[in-house]
Amino acid sequence: MEVKLNIKRFDPELPSDNEWWQEYSIQINSNTTILDALIKIRDEIDGTLALRCACRASICGSCGMRVNGRARLVCKTRVESILKNNEPLNIEPLGNHSIIRDLVVSLDSFFSKIDQVTPYIVPDSEPETGEFIASNESMENLLTSMNCIMCGVCVSDCTVLEVDNKFIGPAALAKAWRFVEDPRDGKKEERLRYLNDQDGGIWDCTRCMQCVEVCPKGVAPMDRIMEMRESAIESGNKSTSGYKHTESFYNSVKKHGRLDETRLAVDSAGITNIPRLLDLAPIGMKALLKGKLPPLIPHKAEDKEKIKDIYKKVEEKKQ
Amino acid sequence: MYEHDILIIGAGLAGLRAAVEGVRNGMNVGVISKVHPVRSHSNAAQGGINAPLTDRGDDWEDHAYDTIKGSDFLADQDAVEIMSREAGESVIELERMGVIFSRGDDGKLGTRRFGGQKIARTFFVGAITGSAILHVLFEQSIKYGLNVYEEWFVTKLLIEEGKCCGVIALDIKTGELYVIRAKSVIIAAGGAGRVFEPSTNAIICTGDGLALAWQAGAAVMDMEMIQYHPTTLAGTGILMSEAARGEGAYLLNSDGDRFMEKYAPEYMELASRDVVSRSEQTEINEGRGIDGNVLLDLRHLGRKYIESRLGYLQEVGVEFMGIDLAEQPIPIRPGMHYIMGGIKTDVNGATSVDGLYAAGECANVSVHGANRLGANSLLDTVVFGRRAADHATNYVKNIKHVNLDASYLENEKKRLQSIIDRKNGERPAIVRNEMANSMTLGIGVFRNQKTMEKAINDISGIRDRVKNISIDRKGAVFNTDLIFALELEFMTDVAWSIVHSAISRKESRGAHFRTDITTRDDKNWLKHILVSKDNESKNGVKVETLPVNITKWEPVERQY
Ligand SMILES: Cc1cc2nc3c(=O)[nH]c(=O)nc-3n(C[C@H](O)[C@H](O)[C@H](O)COP(=O)(O)OP(=O)(O)OC[C@H]3O[C@@H](n4cnc5c(N)ncnc54)[C@H](O)[C@@H]3O)c2cc1C
Ligand code: SF4
Ligand code: SF4
Repeated sequence: MEVKLNIKRFDPELPSDNEWWQEYSIQINSNTTILDALIKIRDEIDGTLALRCACRASICGSCGMRVNGRARLVCKTRVESILKNNEPLNIEPLGNHSIIRDLVVSLDSFFSKIDQVTPYIVPDSEPETGEFIASNESMENLLTSMNCIMCGVCVSDCTVLEVDNKFIGPAALAKAWRFVEDPRDGKKEERLRYLNDQDGGIWDCTRCMQCVEVCPKGVAPMDRIMEMRESAIESGNKSTSGYKHTESFYNSVKKHGRLDETRLAVDSAGITNIPRLLDLAPIGMKALLKGKLPPLIPHKAEDKEKIKDIYKKVEEKKQ
Repeated sequence: MYEHDILIIGAGLAGLRAAVEGVRNGMNVGVISKVHPVRSHSNAAQGGINAPLTDRGDDWEDHAYDTIKGSDFLADQDAVEIMSREAGESVIELERMGVIFSRGDDGKLGTRRFGGQKIARTFFVGAITGSAILHVLFEQSIKYGLNVYEEWFVTKLLIEEGKCCGVIALDIKTGELYVIRAKSVIIAAGGAGRVFEPSTNAIICTGDGLALAWQAGAAVMDMEMIQYHPTTLAGTGILMSEAARGEGAYLLNSDGDRFMEKYAPEYMELASRDVVSRSEQTEINEGRGIDGNVLLDLRHLGRKYIESRLGYLQEVGVEFMGIDLAEQPIPIRPGMHYIMGGIKTDVNGATSVDGLYAAGECANVSVHGANRLGANSLLDTVVFGRRAADHATNYVKNIKHVNLDASYLENEKKRLQSIIDRKNGERPAIVRNEMANSMTLGIGVFRNQKTMEKAINDISGIRDRVKNISIDRKGAVFNTDLIFALELEFMTDVAWSIVHSAISRKESRGAHFRTDITTRDDKNWLKHILVSKDNESKNGVKVETLPVNITKWEPVERQY
């Protein structure tokens, strides 16, 4: 069947009008991926169309793009699976990246953020012979982050990066998590302190979930960030506005059965983003528990006593 | 002016492993790669890496013998010995760099079983072994502050006074062309899958390194040895890793029979790759296939097992074919996967040109011979990548940079400009697809005199047409159109070396299976075939042979 692809073009070498949308029509079948379609356009219709691709099999991370406003790996997306009423698909380069040409973006900032998290293991000491001894469980745990193919899809759609490019961002933080969690690494505390204290570190995520939704490899960067917040608090990093939020939130709910917004704003050094604060609640609970208990904050605080009860239980559990 | 002691073309496993070694040796190392390092095709390796770990009861000689038998006795046994002996240390070293290999209950590295081997000695990271190793080597490159020319494309090797002394390369982002001087160059530019269609290889696997060496006069060896992987996805040719069969998957024909019983009763689905591919092709040819495919069946392994041990395969099944492997078998067929042949090197990676080294898939030390065992290629890249860098380190001690005439760069600029300026020619993609289809028909799972003669004819025509292709993009920034034109030229050189090597071998051995001469002929053909560029001869090719190095394993008939 015939479909239309509407592609955002950019050519820095043109003196003017160097940005435009261009529509292409091509024939596809039910297994044609968006990447197949783009390659077909490039091969048969317009060789000037620039894009990156290599493996075709969702493993090399080259072909992240925005399709109808959402970042994806186009090799992994069949055209039919997102086609609506045969309307043209809008294809643009990844967001939050500067554009080199057409669908090709610069990854300089992406990789400079990876550099920022000391992305290699730094063991305290090495075994005299043979490998490090580690449980299979601890290694399999790291697979989540090792699955990251550095495609930049999460970075494209991260809502914080959109407004603050100092944020280390989902991909690099997921990479950081891999070393924080690696039992062979000797710098866990230093890593956590850095990620905790750093402007743009773990406390700058708003938990918008975008990265979890768009990541094609199940890395779930936000979950990794939340785990690091927990670890950071557990290892005593309590002097950040992020932690103070959490604590203030915790105390506020405990005392009043509801959130005292004024109090909070004061406590946490001028940060007033309420959705962001709400996000911190479960972490406060979890940190308190140092273990696992599902977040228990009710939406409405009609029963103050009940809430006190919850707190009591949590605090008992902590002992 | 850019200058290095050792310049490495390629940032896959072979290139990065070599680079780490070079830096540790105190060398000024440069790495140049047409894609960002983590995009290199090594990331696609799913199954694992072989190593006989002698401290836990494995014997390097067993691994060596499995490798040699798998190679149909075409591997050089001195090279295999080195690889098997150094394997354990190489894998342990990767672990220490941070690779998260699967473990056994004792917390030590755990294994899975792979084809063509009697025991389990394949180390792995889920179904992402290649990616997990590549990313860790990339991490190391950051740790060592390695100098990487990212998205630079090498167009030519510079040879002066018989020595390789650098390269000319295009910065893809700006379109600028540069000379990079080097006292030694290691080619680690990977495979040539796209010379065929379909292939499990990435679109970037265009044999550039093979062609660069060929054009510089270095010999390539046993180029007819093309591995067809038994389990590639119907249609696209995306790989379904051997790990599936390693974990116990069945191969079924249209009657629902496990047909490997007929062909390899002892090893069954885990016989050597060439054997399994031919068995499948025979089933298909004899009418027991399904639309040109057979079936890979994992259902009996159960959902939980499939999802935990073979998660990526499940992802491919569901996303690309809409098939849930726990519920349904998936159609597969043999597809071009790996080239055993390559730039001829000694056990230190040295080629026939001074100062020029090669390692990884583009090289042929000859450890894979006529057929590579699964999970031996990653091992090859790290063992011989390291050795090449060590040898180059010694070599450059007595070498000075050569003064290069400015005309090198000017001539290359003119050459590229003439491609950009050419008008009204064919589109590169058309010529490329024809070439790849011709190669698969001529040098396929089965081949004979007739198919190979036709391939020579076809490729000869293609080589003429390539001179007249024209491209749409005229600008400098990210001109991928130009890159494809250059890659196509490289591919036709590689194809040319393959067809001439193939037609010279008058026997069947390993991956080279001729329907007109079906047996192995050790008396006349227990030897390597070397081809190199020869401007004097009519077809531009010189063909020679070289004896196989046999240390202690006398050739016997290969049975599984
Ligand atoms: C799908 C698949 C699965 C596999 N699974 C396994 C497995 O489980 N176990 C196993 O042992 N082997 C496996 N293999 C084989 C193995 O992955 C490869 O042989 C090996 O990784 C090749 O590594 P390399 O370093 O030689 O090349 P590559 O990783 O391909 O790297 C080539 C490098 O060269 C660069 N380059 C190329 N041309 C140029 C140029 N003109 N200018 C600049 N740079 C250039 C590229 O940018 C790239 O960085 C598999 C192969 C495939 C295709
Ligand atoms: S959850 Fe956090 S890291 Fe993820 S996209 Fe939202 S703000 Fe960015
Ligand atoms: S975390 Fe996911 S989306 Fe982000 S770079 Fe890695 S693989 Fe891509």
